[in-house]
This record gives sequence, structure tokens and C-alpha cells, in this order.
Amino acid sequence: MSTLAATTPRRAWGLRKPNVIPGFGLTLGFTLTYFSLIILIPLIALAIRSAGLGLDGFLKAASDPRVLGSLRVSFVTALIAASINVVFGTLLAWVLVRYRFPGRRIFDAVIDLPFALPTAVAGIALTAIYAPNGTMGALFAPLGWRIAYTPAGIVIAMIFIGLPFVVRTIQPILEEVSHEVEEASATLGANRFQTITRVILPSLTPAILTGFALAFARAVGEYGSIIFIAGNIPFVSEIAPLLIFIRLQEFNYVGATVIAVIMLLISFAILLLINLIQAWSRSRYGYGN
Amino acid sequence: MATKLRARAKRRISPTSERPLVQWLLIAISLAFMGIILVLPLYAVFHEAFSKGIGAYLAALTERDAQAAIRLTLLVAAIAVPLNVVFGLAASWAIAKFEFKGKAFLITLIDLPFSVSPVISGLVYVLLFGAGSFLGPWLKSYGIEVLFALPGIVLATIFVTFPFVARELIPLMQDQGTGDEEAALSLGANGWQTFFRVTLPNIKWGLLYGVLLCNARAMGEFGAVAVVSGKIRGQTTTMPLQVEMLYNEYNATAAFALASLLALLALVTLVLKSVLEWRFGEEIAAGSH
Repeated sequence: MSTLAATTPRRAWGLRKPNVIPGFGLTLGFTLTYFSLIILIPLIALAIRSAGLGLDGFLKAASDPRVLGSLRVSFVTALIAASINVVFGTLLAWVLVRYRFPGRRIFDAVIDLPFALPTAVAGIALTAIYAPNGTMGALFAPLGWRIAYTPAGIVIAMIFIGLPFVVRTIQPILEEVSHEVEEASATLGANRFQTITRVILPSLTPAILTGFALAFARAVGEYGSIIFIAGNIPFVSEIAPLLIFIRLQEFNYVGATVIAVIMLLISFAILLLINLIQAWSRSRYGYGN
Repeated sequence: MATKLRARAKRRISPTSERPLVQWLLIAISLAFMGIILVLPLYAVFHEAFSKGIGAYLAALTERDAQAAIRLTLLVAAIAVPLNVVFGLAASWAIAKFEFKGKAFLITLIDLPFSVSPVISGLVYVLLFGAGSFLGPWLKSYGIEVLFALPGIVLATIFVTFPFVARELIPLMQDQGTGDEEAALSLGANGWQTFFRVTLPNIKWGLLYGVLLCNARAMGEFGAVAVVSGKIRGQTTTMPLQVEMLYNEYNATAAFALASLLALLALVTLVLKSVLEWRFGEEIAAGSH
């Protein structure tokens, strides 16, 4: 590779290493143009709109009680759902990687269902199940618990869409944890519980944190599977993405833009956090994903 | 003595595994959780769709607006998916075959749409082409409608499905390196011949995998499309939007009938995806989870 590259006379692009393979200008040019047109320019339009408000105008629009209420609902429910997902996601990943039982492959395939099932379909299906006369709703109704049309319904929908993120982040890392470490731990006198909590779980921590962050980020931004089951009562069960939608229908573009910018800033912060966790994980354990 | 030891060893469980009772308990909890969270909603879709008999089901699917929604969904996917395939091929070629500055940053940028809430993905196009924007009225003066029309729906769909093909191909092509291409070029093939006869056969299963996921999302997208569509019945309602409209009109059976087609799409996607993973796991493995 290096000898081939060294024989290439052309150095057309100062920013790349020379290479015999053609098409760099064409493919990178197309990539950047397409990215700019589809993603970058629209996002810049959003930034310009919000910059036009000035800091005072932005803060004034952001401190609207209904905006703050919707952000609180979104973040609290996403936090609860991501926490539940981490517990069950870790368990599912464990069972899938470590145990052999009939139907395991189907089990493994079904985990990805929330990636494949359109969110609106999931939304109406979950509503049908958790409504007071639905399969699950009827179980809880005699206890006086309502799930659909309350924040509990939002959490259920967020668990549904976030689950595969946790399982698919932990699964490959768990497959890499070597049996030798466990054998060493057992040889040194640890019981199974100690081996799991002190040897295996610590090496899974970066993956668990990443899975949590991914599930949380997805849940905060989710719209389709939530709006049917949520009830959408301002300050109680109205999520931030829905409020963006409502503001747009009122032609209140400023209001919609402000909520969007707050949510985007938080998503980017989460993205940064995930990258930091993985960099840390690579330096500490020698692998990440 | 030896036989006694062997008998004891047989009874003792492996020090790097759990007792069978614990194993079966964990498997049972996992299956119950999966059943309630993932499988029950899928079952509910088909149960509700056929709740008034097959006649009502077929009537709902053959109704004029439902047919228009199905056609629009297919059309949008037929435009958005190929564009993202071309982008994915170009981006992965540039990124995997060349070394250049800012490559890691570009890879992060390509994943960006996954961290943007679908509602915001639609909102950015409303800000770019809507009333009060610069582009919208200018295009309108030439008779081109973007919002509340096909172009807007296609743009929003491309935005949310943007990373699918690229993120599948980039790690795969990076894994494969440049040796095959260099061999083809040194034997006299030109760039296009190298791509179509060497690179494409190497990545075909990974590409198909990416297309599958991209298509499922394109046909099922709800939030982003809901913002830009304007929901003009029979004209700008895709299948998921039509499902929402029917559901909000208390026509649940028709809503679930249409939803069952989308659920079927999800199932077919999952089955094909699993088949690809089982049969060609090695050829699509790089970073596929």
C-alpha cells in the first residue's frame, strides 16, 4: 500500500494522502454537496431563524411555561424509560449471549422490531393494548391504574422504541468478554454473583452507559409512537416534539424554532457524551463500538 | 476414587455459568418482557385489523384514499431510497478508500440525522421553504410547491433515512481495504469497471442490508413527514399519515387495516434482515450492530 502510494506521481489534493484509486474528487464532492443540501443548509436555516431572535427574545420564548412543561415531561419520562430499558436490555443481552434455548434466534430477531415497525403503527397498537378496555389496560384498570392517556403511557411507548438500542449496544461487548477472566475470578474463590457484579458488569459499564444515552436520546425526540397513547394534556402529558408540531400549526414559527433549538442542543450534548464514553472505554478496555 | 470425582464433577455446575434454575428463570423473565413489550403490539395490530371480519379489512384497503396513500408511500420510497443508496456508495468510497483530513468528523456528521428528532427534521424544511422564507415564495413564482406537496415529503424522508446505507457500507468497505481495487486497476481496469466488477460484488449483501433498513424507515416515517405534508387527504397523506387520520376519526378498524400492511412490511424486513445476518454474517458483519 505504502509503496504503491509512493509511486503515484499526482498530488492533486493537498488534504489527502496520494493513492492510485480514482474517484476521490467525484465521490467526496458528491458526498459533501448532498450532505450540504439535505442536512446542513436546512439546519443552518434553523440556526439563522433562532439567531434572528437575539438572546433576549430566545430566552423569553424559551421560558414560556408551556414550553418548560413540555420539556420537563419529555425529559422525565425519557429518563424513566431509559432506566427501565437499561435493566431489561442488559438482561436480554445476557440471556441472548450466554444461554442456549429453543427459539433463541427468533428471540434475537424480534429485538429489532421497534426499528422496523413504523412509529405510528406502534403508537396505535400500544394505545389499543393499554387503553382501559385493552389487553393490558384491563389488568390495571381494577387497581385504579390508568396507563394510556397518562405519562405512564409515554413511558411505555419510550420503552418500546428504546429497547433495541440498549440490547444491540451491550450484546457485542458481552460477546467479547473473555471466559478466561471469569475462570480466573472463579479460581480465585469468587462466587458467581461476585464474578458477575465485580468482573463482568464493570467491563460492560461503557456499553450500558452508551445504550442508556442512545435510548434516552431516541425517547426524547420520539413523536409517532407517543402522541396516540399520551393524552397530550399540556403540563402533564404533552411532549416537546408535539408542542413543536402544535406551534407550527398555529404558524408560530418562532415558538417552534426555539423548542427545536433547545432539543437539538441537548441531543448534540448527548452525542458528544456518547463519543466521550466510547473514547474512554477504548482507552480503558481496548474496545468500544 | 476417580469415578467418584467424575460423578461429583458432573453434578457440580460450571463455575462460569449460572445454576439451571437461575438460567431458566432469567430466560422466562426475558421472554415475558419481550412478549409484553414487543410481540403484543404486533399481535394487536392484526387482531384489531380483522376485528370486523375480512370483508371490512379488504374494504378498508381498497378504499380510494387508502390506495392513494399506498401509492404515495411507494413513490416516496422509490425516490428517497435510490438517492440515499447513491450517497451511501459515494460516501463510503471516499471514506474507505482514501485517507484525508477531517474523515472522522465526516463520519460523525453522516450519523447526525439519527440524533435529530423527526419533528425537527420536518421543521427545518418548513423554515427553509415555508411562508416567510426566502426560497419558498421564489420557487412558488415558478410554480414549484415544496411544502404540502411531494418534494417536501421526499426531502423529509431523505433526511431521516440519510445515514442508513452509508453507515452500513463505511465500516464494511474500510474492513475490506483497497487491495482488490488496486489489483483490478493494475490489471488495466478503469475506475467504473473496478467499482462495478470488484467493489460492488464485495459489498452487495451489506448494501442490500442497508437498503432494507433504509426502505423500512422511508415507508414508515411519520413525524418528519407529518410536519411537511399538510395532510391533504388523497394527495399528500402517506400510509402512516392515513393511519393517523383514520384513527383520529374513530375509524379504528380501517386504521389498523392499513397499519397491518406496514406491520407486514416490518415483519418481511425483519425476516430478510435475519436471513442476511445468518447466511452472510461475515460479509455484512463489520459494524452491522
